[in-house]
Amino acid sequence: MRFFGEALSCVRGERLVFSGLDFSVEPGDALVLTGRNGSGKTSMLRVMAGLSRCAEGTVGWEDGTIRDDPERHCARTAYAGHLDAVKPVLTVRENALGWAQLNGGDEASAMAALEIFGLSDLADMPARYLSAGQRHRLSLARLPARPATLWLMDEPTVALDADSVVALNRAIAAHRDSGGMAVIATNVSLDIEDARRLDMTAGAGA
Amino acid sequence: MNGFARIVRRELGLALRQAGDSVVIVLFFVLAAVLFPFGIGPEPNILSRMAAGTVWVTALLAAMLSFERLFVPDYEDGSLEQLALAPIPLEFTVLAKATAHWLTTGLPLMAAAPVIAVMFGMPEHGYGALMASMALGTPVLSLIGTVGAALTLGARRGGVLLALLVLPLVIPVLIFGAASIEAAIGGLAVAPHLLLMGGMLLAALVLCPWAAAASLRQALE
Repeated sequence: MRFFGEALSCVRGERLVFSGLDFSVEPGDALVLTGRNGSGKTSMLRVMAGLSRCAEGTVGWEDGTIRDDPERHCARTAYAGHLDAVKPVLTVRENALGWAQLNGGDEASAMAALEIFGLSDLADMPARYLSAGQRHRLSLARLPARPATLWLMDEPTVALDADSVVALNRAIAAHRDSGGMAVIATNVSLDIEDARRLDMTAGAGA
Repeated sequence: MNGFARIVRRELGLALRQAGDSVVIVLFFVLAAVLFPFGIGPEPNILSRMAAGTVWVTALLAAMLSFERLFVPDYEDGSLEQLALAPIPLEFTVLAKATAHWLTTGLPLMAAAPVIAVMFGMPEHGYGALMASMALGTPVLSLIGTVGAALTLGARRGGVLLALLVLPLVIPVLIFGAASIEAAIGGLAVAPHLLLMGGMLLAALVLCPWAAAASLRQALE
């Protein structure tokens, strides 16, 4: 099912961040949001996630906008933002499992997701001992740990080492092969095959 | 298990790892109450007359300390975004948070209340009403606290602002909570006070999650 946005405008703090942007993502697609700092990549992702409202335009699926049925949208969408949402007092496993179960995943999917990002060996370690990169990998592991059609990622490569970037690329490719979609906001060139691009600068406000 | 129970369990698991937080609240409750005899003097008649009011006032103040921890840690580490994006209505998430808050704060306060009442020499007829009014009143505190905590999210010096917002709202709980104990001690009917507190609890159950969810959405925008 197609995920799309039409004529989107976003206003933050009385400043027009972008306007008149359209996008469309088909199953198996990846959409990369590019543009300089402050061009609204994060704002766009938050609008797609349903956290922020856009000033104008609609975002939704073929069977209804995200405002029509927010819960259905949430069940289909996994979001990895700047903040890791990792609880230092819980172990790596508990962190991953908690979010997976809340979103319809289970123990098997959570452990598989930790495996993808090379965290299986650390599963029983309290998350407060993780390095910044490991914490970020744990937050990315939330995406494959649960069933979701659409992955939204904000600067997913920050703090990742080269191996982890490869693992991330592989996870995105596997997700797309199984009919998933991915939207990635990034400043670095991620090695993603035939990705669509949305240049946020094109819709930049005054 | 549904989402509501999962969030309650998550919160309880986190609270258990940080059990110090709840212990501090209860210690503050006891310590604040202990200050009164020092300030007012050890006259037993006066202390026993003050027991009901002191327990309730200090319980309110202790609860104030705990509200900031409802949403602020989750807001700062991004968990609140993830909770808002989970396929559960945010109102139920708030209700689950309030439930967990009551279990980790209201319930311990309730357990400590008789200790303070004993220290103040409260007449024995008052204890039933004390426990009943605490059982009805502390959940109201947790629920109103979610609204205050959600409204002050992201504000500088949110803690002070939160107390200024919430304290006026919980005055009815204080009035009827203390009055029910006074009534029991004086041999008057307790039921009307408790019924009113029950009414407050029902109203808070319906209104607070809705109001808190609305302001959380605003804070996350």
